Amino acid sequence: MKRELLKFLLFAIVVSVVPAFVSGGYLLNVLVFVGIFTMLAVALNLLLGFAGQISLGQAAFYGLGAYMSGVLTASHGMNPWVAMLIGAGAVGLLTFVLGFPILRLKGHSLAMATLGLGIIVYIFFNETVDVTGGPSGLSGIPNLTVGSFVFDSDLKNYYLIWGFALLAILLAVNLTNSRIGRALKAIHQSEVAARVLGVDVHLLKVEIFTISGVLSAIAGSLYAHTVMFISPTSFGFNVSIELLTMVIIGGLGSIYGSVLGAALLTLLPELLRTFQDYDIIVYGLLLILMTMFMPGGLVRGIPDAAVALYGKLKGGGADVER
Amino acid sequence: MGKIIFKTLSVLCLMLAMASVTVAAEPIKVGALFSVTGPASFLGEPERNTAVMVVDKINKAGGIKGRKVSLIVYDTQGDATKAVQAATRLIKDDKVVAIIGPSTTGDTMAVIPIVEKEGIPMISCAAGIKITDPAKKWVFKTAQNDNLAVQRIYEYLKTQGIKRVALLTVSDSFGSSGREQLKGLAKSYGVDIAADETYGPKDTDMTAQLTKIRGSEAKAIICWGTNPGPAIVARNVKQLGITLPLIMSHGVSSKKFIELAGDASAGIIIPSGHVIVADQLPGSDPQKKALMSYVKEYQARYKAEGDHFGGHAWDAMTLVKMALERGAATPAAIRAQLEKTRNYNGIGGIFNFSPTDHAGLTKDAFVMVTIKNGDWVLIKDKKAGGKAGAKK
Repeated sequence: MKRELLKFLLFAIVVSVVPAFVSGGYLLNVLVFVGIFTMLAVALNLLLGFAGQISLGQAAFYGLGAYMSGVLTASHGMNPWVAMLIGAGAVGLLTFVLGFPILRLKGHSLAMATLGLGIIVYIFFNETVDVTGGPSGLSGIPNLTVGSFVFDSDLKNYYLIWGFALLAILLAVNLTNSRIGRALKAIHQSEVAARVLGVDVHLLKVEIFTISGVLSAIAGSLYAHTVMFISPTSFGFNVSIELLTMVIIGGLGSIYGSVLGAALLTLLPELLRTFQDYDIIVYGLLLILMTMFMPGGLVRGIPDAAVALYGKLKGGGADVER
Repeated sequence: MGKIIFKTLSVLCLMLAMASVTVAAEPIKVGALFSVTGPASFLGEPERNTAVMVVDKINKAGGIKGRKVSLIVYDTQGDATKAVQAATRLIKDDKVVAIIGPSTTGDTMAVIPIVEKEGIPMISCAAGIKITDPAKKWVFKTAQNDNLAVQRIYEYLKTQGIKRVALLTVSDSFGSSGREQLKGLAKSYGVDIAADETYGPKDTDMTAQLTKIRGSEAKAIICWGTNPGPAIVARNVKQLGITLPLIMSHGVSSKKFIELAGDASAGIIIPSGHVIVADQLPGSDPQKKALMSYVKEYQARYKAEGDHFGGHAWDAMTLVKMALERGAATPAAIRAQLEKTRNYNGIGGIFNFSPTDHAGLTKDAFVMVTIKNGDWVLIKDKKAGGKAGAKK
């Protein structure tokens, strides 16, 4: 546990000094979004990487958080923090209630059920034009404020969002190293064995589903107040898939892997711009290669590759090194 | 562990920093945001092509006041988040003096808070009325407002003596905006909406909605959407043997629609910008010169028909060029000059901006056209205000 805390502190320091090394406002802006996606990926990783329960509907919770904040502040003039709290609470309640029937399902059926949930919510955003503004979106969402301090620049938002993201990471790290975390891993390995050992499997799954939903909803609220505009396309099915890719590329069950996955998938398209119109093909190829050669995710794959490379350079001593 | 992450991050940062270093600021930098890929690529691609074409032409002629124009184009993929990132990049890293685009209403609405805050003039190529209503200090647009198209349709219906219509709109931003305008303006034109149906952007069959409409008392069908939906509607109408006049929106005013709908397109009526019937306009039309040169240049360069959408980018880029030619160099001066634009004969219509009107067009920006033998034919209506410039 001490080692975990040290790791976290080190990471927090890195996060807090990064803006000093970032030249140009654009990269900082992208890093703000990396922060939001980190929260989302960590939330999904708790569910998928630790409890082994798939969700193809994460974008729904993300979107519900964003829309709750957006509608309550833009149309009803509510305080953004209160709106965020209400959004998180509402999504928490929703996931808790829906979790009971949905998490009875397993494997492909669970994937289908969560997929359905995501699509229903997406259609809801599109069709309730009077409330959500429909497909053309909702604008006029205010920035977050503390007293007279307004989070209106990328730098301020960077610290705000990464503050939340770090809290989410800390929560996840703590959770996975606690009794609950061990119970979750047990469920992942074998549900029957976990049940035999006295773990209330179903309730635990529902709880972790709820936590995952609440974290996603908060990320959604932060998105809404940062961009100040929301439209349904930002919370569609492809976002759920993108999150899934982040978690898998980063490394299932590794919190920092999710951070890496979120950073890579957000930054990669920018780096690939040099390939002009072929960037999407290169992007896809890279993803295939990464999953083929680093099945444990980047978080394990990179050190392994480094070790292997080091061994090769020394003259075939790779196996000894390991 | 943390170290590895730090190393990876710093390498990533370095690579990105190197990638974003650009050449010294001799030329005038103009930014462009278009949805070149993604679901709205039918807008973004012709817009990008047109903007590149206009800028090349400016540079070949020696630039503006001796300075070349460098156009920096980013693809938004029709995704609001990407649009925000790209706009930030244009303003903060590339330091552009003006932005043309984005292509869609959603992208535009997402970008507005940034350009308003940073004070960079932006000329959107999207149609949504919300973009310039209410007028925002730094935001202009060249695509005709939906309400102008609706007014034009209702006027046309009046000349035909049709008072009852059925609506069939797509549930995306274009369709919902159109539906809002169609319903909102109906009363003032004495039009009665007998049926109000919608379809999804990915639907492949609209027979159910059309059957309902057939059972209603509607005397005409107004379908609001962008390809391919309306083409399916056209085919379904033919299959069901419905003989009511079918009116579409300006969202389908490109040759692509006629290709998609095939024989079923015959007789369909749409309000459109002048561009698709440029060669049929009388020589006295003030827009004709711009229209013909756009159509010819686009055809010569891209071997494709220049459409209505590319025209929005032509107008946006030309407006920026005109502001620069009048001596504006800073974003604030360009904005001030844009607002003073009077009687610019563009592709989309005749633009007159003012402090309270940043859309600049009237319903004369639209003409009614119909499809005959797989091509557009101008409907010359005698009543109801008639054609755009003919009077001037």
